[in-house]
Amino acid sequence: MTSPVIQISSLTRRFGEKNAVDELTLDVQAGEIFGFLGHNGAGKTTTVRLLNGVIEATSGSARVLGLDSRVDGSALRARTGVLTETPSLDERLTARDNLAFYAELYSVPRANVKQRVESILQDFDLADRADEKVGGYSKGMKQRLALARSLIHKPDVLFLDEPTAALDPVAARYVNDLVEHLARREGCTVFLCTHNLVEAQRICDRVAVMEHGKLVALGTPSELTRQYVKRLDVDLEVDPAQMELALQTLQSIPQLVIGSVKQEKDILTMTLSGREAIPELVSVLHQKGLRIYRLAPQEANLEEVYFALNGGTQ
Amino acid sequence: MNTRAITAIVRKDLKVAMQNKGVVLPIIILPLILFIIFPWIMAYAPQMASASGAPVNNVDELLKRMPAGLLDELDGYNEEQQMVVFSLVYMLAPMFLIMPLMVSSVFAADSFAGEKERKTLEALLYTPTTDRELFVAKLAGAWITAVSVALLSFIVYAVMVNAAAWQSIGHIFFPNWMWIVLVLWVTPAVAGLGLVVMVFVSVRAQGFQDAYQTGGLVVLPVLALMIGQISGVMYFSLGVVLFVGLIVWLIDAVLLWFASKSFRRGELMTRL
Repeated sequence: MTSPVIQISSLTRRFGEKNAVDELTLDVQAGEIFGFLGHNGAGKTTTVRLLNGVIEATSGSARVLGLDSRVDGSALRARTGVLTETPSLDERLTARDNLAFYAELYSVPRANVKQRVESILQDFDLADRADEKVGGYSKGMKQRLALARSLIHKPDVLFLDEPTAALDPVAARYVNDLVEHLARREGCTVFLCTHNLVEAQRICDRVAVMEHGKLVALGTPSELTRQYVKRLDVDLEVDPAQMELALQTLQSIPQLVIGSVKQEKDILTMTLSGREAIPELVSVLHQKGLRIYRLAPQEANLEEVYFALNGGTQ
Repeated sequence: MNTRAITAIVRKDLKVAMQNKGVVLPIIILPLILFIIFPWIMAYAPQMASASGAPVNNVDELLKRMPAGLLDELDGYNEEQQMVVFSLVYMLAPMFLIMPLMVSSVFAADSFAGEKERKTLEALLYTPTTDRELFVAKLAGAWITAVSVALLSFIVYAVMVNAAAWQSIGHIFFPNWMWIVLVLWVTPAVAGLGLVVMVFVSVRAQGFQDAYQTGGLVVLPVLALMIGQISGVMYFSLGVVLFVGLIVWLIDAVLLWFASKSFRRGELMTRL
């Protein structure tokens, strides 16, 4: 197994009395889309800054691509790309000028700058308006340009800080598809900071959940849902002629079925105490002579994990 | 040092600054008044005063208060010529220093505080550019611009002064050695002072205007020099100019050292 692209060990950053990042330890593997979840102020942006050697850690260590972020910041940043939460574009310059400027800073070979800028403008569907000042662009276009800028030097690791926060669903989908393409087709490792849990569930291989600077959960989305979401929603379809009996039966087993049972046409929806309640439920229904046409558990999602971790208050 | 990155930042800063009216207007208006309009007014003021019958005694009064060294410099000129030479060569010398000071301040404010205000600094701090390269690039852009504008202003002023005063003086009398030293020795130092002060101010300033207004206080020492000369306490002799230049360079060196120590991307990032 190759060594992780990002290795974080007991990383801590203190601002005054507060630990913005507190004893964070985790690894990110090559080619992974790694979701870094947490609400505002959870320490996501500070972690990205620490990993890129932009701010110094109070204690602990971080290595990206084998480089120590504390001492090899410049060399490390030459191989990473960062999309900040705000596009951070020079709005008085054109898209072409913005990209050419960053190509120079990232030491894209002089002979290739023009071609690289042109090709990335095409890739991001910005070629038609490349010579307009960025100040006149829509939010979606600015975000696309900022993403293009972060890729101008073909980084090995891409850090994305809330890349879709200000975008409409169509633009957000475009950005997510692009991120998936980069990771799956081009082998780029993606470190995605987000509080968009649906987005994280859809594209991330693994996720870490942060709260007040601390890591509170780490794993694949399905591992986390299994670990943290105990209750399980299921849809039950029985013989329509037995609907009344089914309702009575389900309401008589509160140790398995939590709360009320909802009926919509021939489908009964309920919450079970857990995955292990399914065989017992089937057994009880069978004993009552109910004919089961369909029993479909609904997969829990990261949103439920998130709420479970935050005590349902977030 | 990655000179390619430094050059790219300097070029970008210039391009961006030249689109800010707050930067461009002072650079156009001040030289226009000081170095094009002012010479013609001062060159013709004595003639107009004589023509209107107003007494030129004020000149005598003014010159009587001047140090002996300055009177020696004006020796050989008639009263009208003395007035022209005094105003165009000596009175304007300290005023000339406002030019590099203002240009470097306004550019540095746009480059440092303006970058913060436009929220473009964060992406820049994520590039491989080192703190030192970033610092040098930001200083170089403002300094080169200030010195270039000052040199250009000096050339324009030299032409204007000789042309405007040709009728009363009758020969090329400008620049003298004092002005050459002022432009080549003091001007770069003063440009440096303006921008180093602005580096300190910009760290805490919220934006371009905020930084420029606070940093504008740096013009006070130059005003003191102007008042000193008009009141007759001192005059811009070659020796004084050499000494002023030396002092400003020393101040620059000290401030630059402190500024380079405080210019850390971590510090800049946490103040965004």
